[in-house]
Order: sequence, then structure tokens, then C-alpha cells
Amino acid sequence: MITAEEIREKYVRNHPSPFCPGCGGGMVLNAMSRAVESAGIDKKDVVAVSGIGCAAWIPSPHWRVDTLHTTHGRAVAFASGVKIADRDLEVMVVSGDGDCAGIGGNHLLHGARNNIDLNVIMVNNGLYAMTGGQVAPTTEHDEKTLTTPYGNPASSFEVAEVVKAAGASHVARWTTYHMKELVKEVEKAVDTKGFSFIEVLAQCPTRKGKKEGMTGIEMLEWYKENTSKDQDSEKMYVGTFCDVERPELTEEIYRQIERLGGE
Amino acid sequence: MSERIEIKIDRDMCKGCGICIKYCPKEVLARSEDLNQYDNHYPEVVSADKCISCRRCELYCPDFAIEVKEVKDEKEEKE
Amino acid sequence: MKDPGVYFIEGNIACAEAAMKVGCRFYAGYPITPASEVMNHLSKELPKVGGRFVQMEDEIASIASVIGSSWTGLKSMTATSGPGFSLMQENLGYAVMTETPCVIVNVQRAGPSTGQATKPGTGDVMQSRFGSQGDYEMIALSPNSGQEMFDFTVRAFNLAERYRTPVVLLADAGVGQMREKVKIPEDVPVKERKRPSSNETEFFDTDEEDHVPPMPDFGEGHELLVTGSTHLGDGTRDTASFSAQDNLVRRLVAKIDGNRKDIEDWEEKNVDGADLVVVSYGSMSRPARGAVKKAREKGLEVGFFRPKVMWPSPEKRLREIGEDSKVLLAELSLRGYRIEVERCVDSDKFYVYDRLNSLPTIDEVYQKIEEVLS
Repeated sequence: MITAEEIREKYVRNHPSPFCPGCGGGMVLNAMSRAVESAGIDKKDVVAVSGIGCAAWIPSPHWRVDTLHTTHGRAVAFASGVKIADRDLEVMVVSGDGDCAGIGGNHLLHGARNNIDLNVIMVNNGLYAMTGGQVAPTTEHDEKTLTTPYGNPASSFEVAEVVKAAGASHVARWTTYHMKELVKEVEKAVDTKGFSFIEVLAQCPTRKGKKEGMTGIEMLEWYKENTSKDQDSEKMYVGTFCDVERPELTEEIYRQIERLGGE
Repeated sequence: MSERIEIKIDRDMCKGCGICIKYCPKEVLARSEDLNQYDNHYPEVVSADKCISCRRCELYCPDFAIEVKEVKDEKEEKE
Repeated sequence: MKDPGVYFIEGNIACAEAAMKVGCRFYAGYPITPASEVMNHLSKELPKVGGRFVQMEDEIASIASVIGSSWTGLKSMTATSGPGFSLMQENLGYAVMTETPCVIVNVQRAGPSTGQATKPGTGDVMQSRFGSQGDYEMIALSPNSGQEMFDFTVRAFNLAERYRTPVVLLADAGVGQMREKVKIPEDVPVKERKRPSSNETEFFDTDEEDHVPPMPDFGEGHELLVTGSTHLGDGTRDTASFSAQDNLVRRLVAKIDGNRKDIEDWEEKNVDGADLVVVSYGSMSRPARGAVKKAREKGLEVGFFRPKVMWPSPEKRLREIGEDSKVLLAELSLRGYRIEVERCVDSDKFYVYDRLNSLPTIDEVYQKIEEVLS
């Protein structure tokens, strides 16, 4: 197993990161680095695309690979261009819940529908953290945030279920409490040909924790107590949502090019 | 030749979140009294002999500030 | 891709053919009138030359994937019209900030908003220059024929690669959908982006006089930091310091402004000593040119000036013209290029022939010339 020092040397830059103490962002960076290492991918071929928000800062600048830090919500669209243009690149998208499922929701849906070979990690902290803790599409009904001071009048949605329904080959959900499983799942995403989507519930001790009187550790404990690997459980399900083979966009495009004698 | 477990803590990378201390299954670590350069209480090894090298602390640390190494000792080295 | 020869084709098809000829190998777009023919044609032809074609979910995604593709080294483009161009503004600014070469074709139609989808207009001239937030300079070319749809598309790619910047081909429905004679030559001039030498690490700053840093590709091991946030020469985000913002934004502006001589291009005829100079561009410049010809045949001292490059604008030349002559701006919009020309010419010498929905006849423009000179 790769050591922390080796990860720091090989995969991490501009350290220490500006993430708050106990933030889940660094844990996601840790998991992604270990997964790419154990998948045996040459990191020269890895491109990490992100949008705007705390989660977007996980790869840019902190992941020592080619990074494309883009506009809010558009990471999947930028990443699609990278992948279609050069299919040999291993394209990762790291995006927050607001970035990915809010402003970027349509790109997410169509990335899944296209089943384009991207690995999307949605870091879900349940609100817009960088801007102060406003309500997000993943915030629970009635929950108080900076912009829902009387409780969230809207409801959240199950992003993983939506992405699965849209046609992604591989969908899963874990939390930062489940580090071992998360590393394996990212490795599986890298190995999957098609759209891989991993929702990672990740603690935001500053914007969410302080509001609820919880430390980062208490939030991790909450993940432990309130999730289950059993799909029939009352608790929130963590694990694989789907793992199926479907036509993948990039491969289909290249097949057409080859058939037409273009390459 | 013997094997020993070395727990390396990079104090100045630590933000003092305490996750490593919490998730160590053998209570090897404890919060320091002292502060590092960023005024954080970093973890200290209090029961090195209990470490089973599960490396959970390393896997959970958000800041790559702790690692567990199994070092092969050929000669006696200082602790 | 068509063989060299003379064809009777739409301007949009000429644009698509030129793109392939100059080496475009990635197209992403979304259907919109009156630009769709560019995409329709490339969907069929681009794969045959090894290019990747993809129809995206919207114009935002289209330009996003074009920028992503460009970072793998492929010449990339998209085409749209006003409503789509509005959606592209944010990432147009991103392409400026990250210095990503790409070509955005805007076959303008009558606006605002949905306007008249099948009718020409040139109301996006200012938007093409100022549409995205913050300080920047843009290159925008204005073709007025099928042939120029071809030639200017080639030039748009070459300028994009040369200056590592997005370039807008500011066409309109008049030239995009009109069918006329277009000559496709054997060879076209092809410029490639500046590549880094092996030991270079600064891809976002340069001491070179042209202000253009070298651009590597993804996958070459540079561990690139490409960001739309303010950044240092190595790409590191710096969202706070004065020097980072000052160095970067000044250089981005200087990269275009300081190379005006190389970028600028216009057509002028009988301008010196004219009583009146008609300034026009795009499809409107055709009846305008006809009206100038008619006026001269009638013995009037009228000149003709047509910016082929709208941005950076030929402001110095416009000022010179305004010193000696009256200026009549003829355009297919009310606010298209007006502010830019108006600021270069004294108000008592500035006249406008503006028109909406469709091109005027030569006589209609001629009457305005007579009116100004009487």
C-alpha cells in the first residue's frame, strides 16, 4: 500500500491545502490518489476536471496531474470534450453537489445518458460551502441553511438514483467514513468503460457542522450510524447502485470514424 | 533482523482535526498539549506498542500528515 | 471534404469546409437557425477526415467541450447564433482567461432574444467584444460573402492558434445562408500554436514581445494547472495578489491590442478626399457598396470602408476618415457597431442608415447617401 509520504510526493501539491480542519475534501483526495495508484494508471494520462466550489479545489491545484479548473457546473461538459478528443486520457471529474447536481445538473444527466467514459466524483456536503452555506439541491426538506433560515421549503433529490436512471454504467454512493470502500469504488470507476458516478457524502465542519453543533468527527460518526450497506434498511443506502455494460459514447464515435476511414 | 512499526507524524501538516485519534482502533494516538506552527494540536504517539499497523490513521487523515511504516531493522537504531 | 474547385454553396457550408481544410478536428454544437448547416455538414464530413463530431446538450456544453478538446491539441470549433452565443459568453471568457485557441462562429440573426430566427441582423457586434465579464480583448471577423466565409474561417483558426485565444467569426444569416460561388483552393495557410520546449514550466506568462506563451497538451506530463481564476505563470491560482491580476489581465489585453497591426484588416475604396465615406460590414456591406458605386457613377465623391476585422476595431483609420469626410454607417441593426464608429467621428459628421429584418435595395441606401450630401 502506498504511504502517505509517497502520495504526498507523487500526487499532492500546494500542501497543506486551504481546506478547513477536518474537511472531507482531503479525504477524497487521499482516496482518489490511492485508487489511481492501485489501478496502475500512469498519472501522466490522468486529467482532472472540476468546476467551482470547495470540491473543485480538491484536484486544482492539489492533485498533481493535468487539471482543468473550469466554470461553475460545467465540469462534465469540459471533461466530455477532453475525452472525445483524446480517448487515451483517463478523465476524472471532481464536483460538489451544488456544482454537479444544481447548476450543472443538465450536463450530469447528459453525461450519464451518453454514458461517456468519465469518472465523476460528486462530493456532497449538503450545501454551498464556499459561499457561506446556502441551501443546495441536496439539502434536506426543512433543514436550516444560510438562505433557508426558516427551514428548506424545497426537497432534496437522490442524485445517484437520477444518474442511474439517466443511463450511467456505474453508480455508487459512499461517505468519507467508508474510506476503504471508497478507494475500491474509485478504482472500479477507473476500470469501468462508461460513465461512472460516485456520490461521496463528505463532512463540512465549518458551514454545516458549526450550524448543527457537530465537529468533523461527529459528522463522520453520523455517517457511520445513519448509513447501511443493506438496500432494504431504513437508513441511507451506501454501496453500488448499478454496474452495467452499455454503449459508450467515445468508443462509438471512434468506431464511426474508423468505419469511414478517417483514422 | 527485526521488524518494528514506525509512526511518522508531520506536525506542521496537521490541522488538528483529530480524525486519526478517533479512528485508531487501539488508542495509539492522543492529542498533543503543544501547538504546531498553525496553532493546531497534532497527534502524539502514546502507546506505540499497541499499534497493529492497520494504517487506518493514514487512510483517514485529510492532510497526509501521518503514516505508519514497518521498518526492517538490521542494526539497533535510536528510538 | 470537398476537392479543390469552384462550388455553388451556402456560406455556412463554405465555413465548414474551410474548418476541415485548415485542420479543425473537433466540433461540438447545438442546433440553431441560421447556423445549423455548419453542424449538419460537419456531422457528415468531419469523421471522414478523422475529426470528432458531437452534438451536445446545449451551447454552454458545446463551447465547454470545444475548450476541453483544444487542450488535447486538436483545433476545435463550434457554431451558433445569437441565443446560443449568449449562453456561450461565460466560457468565451474562460477561453480568454485560460488562453485556449478555439473558433466560435456566430451566424447572427435578428434579436433581441428569440427575435426572428430566419432573418439576418448584426446586433451581436458589441456582445462579441464585451459579452463576457471582466476586462479583455477579442478578435472578431466579419465576412460578407460565401468566399469570405471560407477565407475568414481559415484566418479565424490561424489567429486563434497564433495568439492562443478564442476568435469569433461574426457572420450573419445573409452570408451564412446565401448560396454563391466559392473557390476552395488547393492549399490554405495553416498556423500552429506555439509549443513549449522540453524544459519549460511557464505556460501562462511570457517575456516574448508578442505576449503569447507556449501551450502544451494534456497528457504530456506537465501536470498542468489550467484555471479560469487569476493565476501565475505556472498556472497556480492566485485569487488575492495585486501583481497576479495586474500582470495577467494586462498581458491578455496587450496580446490582442499590441498585435493590432497583424490582426487588423479592412477594405477601402476612394476614401481619401471623399465628401462622404460609407462604413459597412457583413451582408449589409453588399448593397452599401452597390450604393457607393451608383453614387460615384452620378459624380458624387463617396468612398467605401469595410472592416473585415471588427475587433480589434480599425479605430485609428476611422478617426482619420472622420477628420476629412462625413461618415455614413450602414448596418443591419440599430446598435450593432454604432457606438464604436460614433466615438471615432465628430457627431456633426456622423450619419446612420440602419435597417432591420432584411437587406435593403441598393437604391434605398443610395437615397440615404443623397440625403446626407444634399
